[in-house]
Amino acid sequence: MDNNLTTMYIYLAISGIMFFAGVYGFIARRNMLAILISLELMLNAVDINFAVFNRYMHPTVLEGYFFTLFAIAIAAAETAIAIAIIINIYRNIKNIKSDSLDKMKN
Amino acid sequence: METIGSQVILYIIAAVMVIFSVMAVTTKHLLRSATYLLFVLFGTAALYFQLEYEFLGAVQVAVYAGGIVVLFVFSILLTQGLGQNKEKIKVRKLLLALSAAIIGAIVCGYSLLTHIFPNSKYDMGGEITMERVGEDLLGSGQYQYVLPFELISVLLLACIIGGIMIARKR
Repeated sequence: MDNNLTTMYIYLAISGIMFFAGVYGFIARRNMLAILISLELMLNAVDINFAVFNRYMHPTVLEGYFFTLFAIAIAAAETAIAIAIIINIYRNIKNIKSDSLDKMKN
Repeated sequence: METIGSQVILYIIAAVMVIFSVMAVTTKHLLRSATYLLFVLFGTAALYFQLEYEFLGAVQVAVYAGGIVVLFVFSILLTQGLGQNKEKIKVRKLLLALSAAIIGAIVCGYSLLTHIFPNSKYDMGGEITMERVGEDLLGSGQYQYVLPFELISVLLLACIIGGIMIARKR
């Protein structure tokens, strides 16, 4: 195995650990903002994977690069909307625990 | 190819990111969790710089570290207050989450280690010039991305309006 591939495995290991830390937090935590933070971790790990595979496997084209760029933009939009929804929920039921949220409409 | 120095830097970034991403999901304080997320996002930007994707690293710092984390801190302070933002994790949920993460990590690690990658073409690439990024982002030919670029702009507009509509006072 050549030296470059070993370095690639290090990157993939980092993103893998990040992703499964996100999975753990997504299931275990009850606060909606904590769940959103875990979601950001998972999205970020996937972005790293796109960039790493682009750089190490197909460096002459830029597919993974642009996919990461657009994923960052969409993640920003998604987070803004999610935080708006969470603040709205907080206004209605005065906390943001995910298990106390059992009504769509009061 | 890569020097010893960049290898050492990569190991340091790796250690920081692994430690802080685990701490971000295990700490009880939400504000600390957001701070650790900030460190992880900076580490990701450093990884992009290591990969010689400078523009991507700059975007990561500007959008995530500058925008999203600030949004998180704002909303944590709006909804939690500083004092009582601890939470307990139920044992059943803890076991479920741990088993999901560990089983997923084992499956992923197994498929990663058994898959045989072709030889890396790392040395064929180099620094990507800003001209290349700009032309690919705004060109309409094959492997060029003007359509998603325009769609993202409409999406951001819709997101701004939606955010205001959802979060406004009635």
